[in-house]
Amino acid sequence: MGYEPGGGHVTSIITALAFVVLAPLVGGLVAGVDRKITARMQGRVGPPILQPFYDVAKLFEKEDVTVTPSQNLYIVAYLVFMIVSGAYFFAGGDFLLVIFAFTLAHVFIVLGAYAAYSPYSHIGAERELITLMAYEPMVIFTAVGLYMVTGSFYISDIATSTVPAILYLPGVFVGFLVILTIKLRKSPFDISTSHHAHQELVKGLTTEFAGPVLGKIEIAHWYETVVLLGMIYLFFGFNPVLAIVVIALAYLLEIFIDNTFSRMKWQWTMKSGWGVAATLGFLNLVIVYYLYMGV
Amino acid sequence: MNELIFLILFPCIIAFILLLLPNNRIRDAIVALSGLVISIGSIYLFATSFTGGSVYFPFPFEPTAQVMFVIEMAIALLLLYLGVKFKQYIAVLLVLVQTAVMLYFEMTMAHGLEPMRNLFIDEFSIIMALIIGIIGSLIALYATSYMNTYHEHHPEVRDRRRMFFFVIFVFLSAMFGLVFSNNLLWVFFFWEITTLSSFLLIGYSESEVATNNAFLALKLNLLGGIAFAASFLYLASVDPSGGLLELDTLIASGQSIAIVPAVLICFAGLTKAAQMPFSAWLVGAMVAPTPVSALLHSSTMVKAGVYIIVRFAPVLLGTLAGIAFGLVGAVTFLVASAIAISQTNAKKVLAYSTIANLGLIVACASVGTPELVWAAIMLIIFHAVAKSLLFLCVGTVEHRTGSRDIEDMDGLIVRFPKIAVMMATGIAGMFLAPFGMLISKWAAIEGFIDAPFGIVFVTILAFGSAVTVFFWAKWMGKILSVTPYGENLEGSVSRAKWVVLSSLTVLTVLAALLFPLVSSVLIEPYVLGIYGETARLAQDNIIIMLLMILLLLILPLSLYTSSKESRKLPVYMGGRPTTPDLKFAGSLGIQREMTTRNYYFEEYFGEKKLLHYSNPLCVLLILVAAALVAWGMSQGVVM
Repeated sequence: MGYEPGGGHVTSIITALAFVVLAPLVGGLVAGVDRKITARMQGRVGPPILQPFYDVAKLFEKEDVTVTPSQNLYIVAYLVFMIVSGAYFFAGGDFLLVIFAFTLAHVFIVLGAYAAYSPYSHIGAERELITLMAYEPMVIFTAVGLYMVTGSFYISDIATSTVPAILYLPGVFVGFLVILTIKLRKSPFDISTSHHAHQELVKGLTTEFAGPVLGKIEIAHWYETVVLLGMIYLFFGFNPVLAIVVIALAYLLEIFIDNTFSRMKWQWTMKSGWGVAATLGFLNLVIVYYLYMGV
Repeated sequence: MNELIFLILFPCIIAFILLLLPNNRIRDAIVALSGLVISIGSIYLFATSFTGGSVYFPFPFEPTAQVMFVIEMAIALLLLYLGVKFKQYIAVLLVLVQTAVMLYFEMTMAHGLEPMRNLFIDEFSIIMALIIGIIGSLIALYATSYMNTYHEHHPEVRDRRRMFFFVIFVFLSAMFGLVFSNNLLWVFFFWEITTLSSFLLIGYSESEVATNNAFLALKLNLLGGIAFAASFLYLASVDPSGGLLELDTLIASGQSIAIVPAVLICFAGLTKAAQMPFSAWLVGAMVAPTPVSALLHSSTMVKAGVYIIVRFAPVLLGTLAGIAFGLVGAVTFLVASAIAISQTNAKKVLAYSTIANLGLIVACASVGTPELVWAAIMLIIFHAVAKSLLFLCVGTVEHRTGSRDIEDMDGLIVRFPKIAVMMATGIAGMFLAPFGMLISKWAAIEGFIDAPFGIVFVTILAFGSAVTVFFWAKWMGKILSVTPYGENLEGSVSRAKWVVLSSLTVLTVLAALLFPLVSSVLIEPYVLGIYGETARLAQDNIIIMLLMILLLLILPLSLYTSSKESRKLPVYMGGRPTTPDLKFAGSLGIQREMTTRNYYFEEYFGEKKLLHYSNPLCVLLILVAAALVAWGMSQGVVM
């Protein structure tokens, strides 16, 4: 038998199931709060907190129209693998496998966009791949850094570790916040799809999706948000209350950045993602590697 | 022992038969049949000896060695003749140097050498034999059909198919010899045969480019060959009885004796595995007919290079020279992956991806911890299967559409649905979880963290794998985009090709499904035998990955289960009036066609630009390795 993760299998299955059921609720609420705060920042009243749920419910009421049926297949795969990788994260699984499973999910939505053979979704798909390439090194660094500090790649061990990971990994944490902006597709990095109606992209990646399919993409995004916020938790696993506070603050910061920056060119995304990884991330890891691990 | 001799000699005999046969169906049948025999032979070898661990056979050294020496000298004469004929004087010089080294060795040192255990088999040899036997034979079978079409399409190329199939089978024979030889002189003999074979195959079309690229491959590989030959001088001077010429004795003799020959032979491995700065030959090799590329990239040639480095991994472990070689591999991995982004030629993308993956294997093997050797062998297996599939898919598409440019592969899924799915499987096999290459990359990351200088390797791997995702995914998107026009052209693909392509697709999926078994039956015992400890992935992760594969296999079924057909709409074209085949009214009333192009980022990831930095860096690293070993030798320490 291989390695037994922290809390045992029963706990793992319960937390994984809890994720599958609760994550869309939490993620939807976060999206609702996001829209409310965004509106307030812009001096508007904003929609009700539950608006995202109404929106998705409405999408599922709509007619199923596609350019090509294969699109639907890719989006189902996107949603399924988003849930699987998130569930494995909350089951306490191997961080690296979670990361790679997420990549698989993302490749599926990109393939769905390519499949439509549309100018706007094509450019969105290419841009989405750029963002993927931009954030991937820093995500791996996050896993590696947490491994060095806690001695395990298992989420269950990292989350329950009493080591104050954040004290050893401040650079990695800041780097993670930068790529969090990319991963949440917030300005200035919303280059693959636009929440703010930029015309040259139309809706980029999601241009050719409508109705229930678009609803699935939205739900997958909720799942993803919850996992991303869960990753912040890992830096503060030694103090759950602090962790929750930091998660709230981090998300607030993302909303603030989203509203203060306009979208930049894709080169800026690449430079930011790789830049933080190569500087903050790498230096932090080198210091931990030689001082803390005593190699 | 008879199985080994059969696998070495049988392809060789078939090769001579094929040399005599004209172009006809009898030859195709013989190729198919002997391919089957070779595959079954390698599977039989696996079935009968995988539990046996390492077994050594006292095959008589003489007169085999004399025959080999005569053949070597004949090859040298042939190469000299060709070198002079094509005015390739550097090649002539290199042949002369190598021959001089071997002659000197034969004259002054070879007397009294009596290595006993000349043939052997262990789990790693079995793995290599399975790759050579199964994938090599499938490629040979594919080549029968491919070469017919090739000569229809290229009437200007002289029909030398007898020579072609002769060399292919000699190549397979040499590869078997290489992985079964425990005597380094014999390894070297087969090593040189593979160099010669690829030289002849790359130059097949006899065009100027082909000839030049063939000589480039020859020159770079001869450079490695000279280093290999030089190691014999060292070995025979340390131990005149020749005991150290036995691979296992040498590796077991300890680092202080083995490090010098290990570095020399691994340098030869670097050239054969097309590591930077020697990568140009493998890129140039794509001028050869596609089955040749498939063969060179998957089951032969470059795999010989990494095979020998993996063998010497325990000697390199913990040495600075090993780290330097590992960095050569890591830099090659990162830079070659980045260059692959900027290429539109499908074969060139495949070539750079091969170079990158070999780089990763070299990095793992040179650092040489048990976990990393496990990852390196996994990479060899998965890469062989997926890469041969991809080359043969590209070859098939090229013959049907006349283009190997990725930009011309729009809507491949419409025109060649089955081939597009196979190609997508191959691509997925190269970079996506839960397929093979990713498993190995993951194992490599976990392995490097605990190794010396690990953080540098992990960093290079993190960036390299991000780049890898980009260039594969954009290609995959291109072939899977559903164009509203185009008709199915698949009917014209021959049956032999279908058999080969489907077999390789099945193998790609099977490799991902069965890897825990491959690991526990072959790789773990091998690593355990070498290091006394072994590596593996945790059970939980294996279960999750198998679940993911099953999920991937059943997902396509959801296409058939949806109760109602969704309504189809044309794509959004900014409100312009558009015809069904995506022509729209542009400005000034000119009709334009909507086309999509992928990003290639020539200005960031251009071939020349990146090689300009990476080649000198890798030269420097190799020099550092050499200097360290030389200095260590003078001080009596292992660096």
